[in-house]
Amino acid sequence: MKNKILDFSTLDQSLLKKLDAYIDALEGDRQEQLIHVLHHAQKLFTYLPHNLQLYIAHALDLSGAHVNGVVTFYSFFNEEPVGKYTVSVCMGTACFVKGADKVLDRILKLTNTKKNVMSEDGLFTVKDVRCIGACGLAPVVTVNEKVYGNLKVKDVDAIIESCRGDEHVD
Amino acid sequence: MLIKDLKSLEKWKKSLPKKSDFRISVLVCAGTSCISSEADLIIAMLEGYIKEHNIAAEVNLVKTGCFGFCGQGPIIKIEPDDITYVKVKVDDVEEIFNEHLLNNNTVKRLLYKEPFESEATEDASGMQFYKKQLRVALRNCGEINPEIIGDYIVNDGYLALAKCLDEKTPAEVVEIVKNSGLRGRGGGGFSTGLKWQYTAAVKDDEKYIICNADEGDPGAFMDRSICEGDPHSIIESMAIAGYAIGAENGLIYIRAEYGLATERLRIAINQAREHGLLGKNLFGSDFSFDIEIKLGAGAFVCGEETALIRSMEGYRGEPDKKPPFPSESGYRGKPSSVNNVETFANIPAIILNGSEWFASLGTEKSNGTKVFALAGHVRNIGLVEVPMGTTLREIVYDIGGGHPEGKEIKAIQIGGPSGGVIVKEYFDTPVDYESLLEIGAMMGSGGLIVMDEDTDMVEVAKFYLDFTQDESCGKCTPCRIGTKRMYEILERLTNMEGEPKDLEKLEVLGNNIKHASLCGLGQTAPNPVLSTMHFFKEEYEAYAYRTKRTAYLIEPKKCIGCTKCARVCPVNCIEGKVREIHKIIESDCIACGACFTACPTNAILKP
Repeated sequence: MKNKILDFSTLDQSLLKKLDAYIDALEGDRQEQLIHVLHHAQKLFTYLPHNLQLYIAHALDLSGAHVNGVVTFYSFFNEEPVGKYTVSVCMGTACFVKGADKVLDRILKLTNTKKNVMSEDGLFTVKDVRCIGACGLAPVVTVNEKVYGNLKVKDVDAIIESCRGDEHVD
Repeated sequence: MLIKDLKSLEKWKKSLPKKSDFRISVLVCAGTSCISSEADLIIAMLEGYIKEHNIAAEVNLVKTGCFGFCGQGPIIKIEPDDITYVKVKVDDVEEIFNEHLLNNNTVKRLLYKEPFESEATEDASGMQFYKKQLRVALRNCGEINPEIIGDYIVNDGYLALAKCLDEKTPAEVVEIVKNSGLRGRGGGGFSTGLKWQYTAAVKDDEKYIICNADEGDPGAFMDRSICEGDPHSIIESMAIAGYAIGAENGLIYIRAEYGLATERLRIAINQAREHGLLGKNLFGSDFSFDIEIKLGAGAFVCGEETALIRSMEGYRGEPDKKPPFPSESGYRGKPSSVNNVETFANIPAIILNGSEWFASLGTEKSNGTKVFALAGHVRNIGLVEVPMGTTLREIVYDIGGGHPEGKEIKAIQIGGPSGGVIVKEYFDTPVDYESLLEIGAMMGSGGLIVMDEDTDMVEVAKFYLDFTQDESCGKCTPCRIGTKRMYEILERLTNMEGEPKDLEKLEVLGNNIKHASLCGLGQTAPNPVLSTMHFFKEEYEAYAYRTKRTAYLIEPKKCIGCTKCARVCPVNCIEGKVREIHKIIESDCIACGACFTACPTNAILKP
């Protein structure tokens, strides 16, 4: 049997075509633009599984180790699938001194997950993120693009509940 | 319009609409912070009303960058009336439009009220928050629409570049910047003019100007606000720098998290290209210059210039040893000058007003102004720009308005994870590079985090170390393993599992990491720990000797059994019946302090 990592057939072929088009359109030194390619791939696929990383390595004529080294170096890239709702708790200093760690603990408890691991129901990925620069609203939590500011620990329950109730969050 | 020379720039400027051409200008902040509070919706509503009433010719709606007063956002400023409305909600927009824009009546209830004063402030420039500020780097932020190049041109945009190309040799430009005394605003404080001089001196037909917009310091948002609010000033400055050092290529390295800033820079670059302000033979000279944006992907160490260059080349962002400095061998092995966003933002003002003007601002060795991101336990959270030499007390109390609930401010963290704390005995220290070094702190990139009496300094130090050890790139051992070990010791301490000799270990380890690490990240990583240990030894000892309580405690004598504390406790760890003495279950308490705030009789003791 073929090595699983070398099996590109499990990847969404229509998305791969889009990725190919992006890579073909790159100007200048392509290998140098690996990080941009990874950004684009993650936008398309939501995360970067190993076979996708290897696919990109082939496309740019780089070693798989090089690509994986870059993917794992930068916190922006996910190697694991992410939930429908990405709950990001800002851990910048301003938020931290206003109790962001307690907000995070509560969210983890409510969603029954660990940091950066998708919840079993596929709904949530909870992350602690670097300063998102909205210090005036500290502590801040974002659910996908929506920003919740000036949070108290008890406010968290309603936010998670509203996601669970499948109310549209955008 | 294609700009071919200084004359055509001036002609274009004359033809553009100015604020004075309108009866009234409505400036709405569209920075990240205000947008998250629905500023974009407010702008759309105003647009709708203006169209509906057909008054676009007399009302000038400007979607601006950050006003700096983020804690009070969304903000609407009205000129020439000098009125600022704060915390505007979607529901308020109709009233502002009907009352102020149509009938010239101020909506008093939306004005900013100074703390401890009953009357609201009518004129915006009289607000305490703005009184002591001097805006040089932020001169256009909150004044112009960053997505319209004409707004920048009206405010003398690209005039500095035109003058450099028209009247000055590259060496003269370097000389002006050198004489102005401008120093790197990213934290290093190295003379910008000298950096340019060194890069200019290396002979090579391929050189690079690099703008470092990888603002990784948690709690700092100066560079983001400038990129969002005045992107053209960065582009113009980079072109000036390119001319000065002989580089035809510019690169902006920006964090992937800064979506809006990246978008605005992209728009600005395209506009500049359309008008011939980037590209071949600028202003009819032999000088050509263009800019490319390179995205980061979330790595704090990439703020270090050699790591930043590696990342731009598509590698893991690991730093290299210096020398050789980037001025000799940088991006693609070519001479490169890496300068910070705020540094660049100062350049056009220096060229137009002269180096003497800039040198007259600030203190003897630290010229000009500095932008700080003021955050934490302070009333007016936001972006402030003050002349160098302003004291911390002025920034935190006069501009910042002190603690929101009047609590005592215990310390200020300056310089983020690389810096240290400043305790209240030193609040009268003038903010300049030398004075801060004298008290064992550093300027850093501009993060100022205010911490009140309730803050646990060991937890703060642990927070910063968690950050640096997580962000350590792993290339050199002292930083990779050392910060991890320090973090483990702090974790042990805060879990009440530590012992007195841990404190000694922390200090020895900290000093070793400082001296043995390869780059700035490791060399400064122990600072928050060493500095808090120096000033707040007793807090460390409480952990080391295990004398610290971790839960809140109810003083039975003062408790009246009102149940208020039990009702607000988020983890339901307070027991007791009505009119009976309540008790906190220590093992369940998360020390959130909700009960402390709720108690009407001050019966609750802090841990």
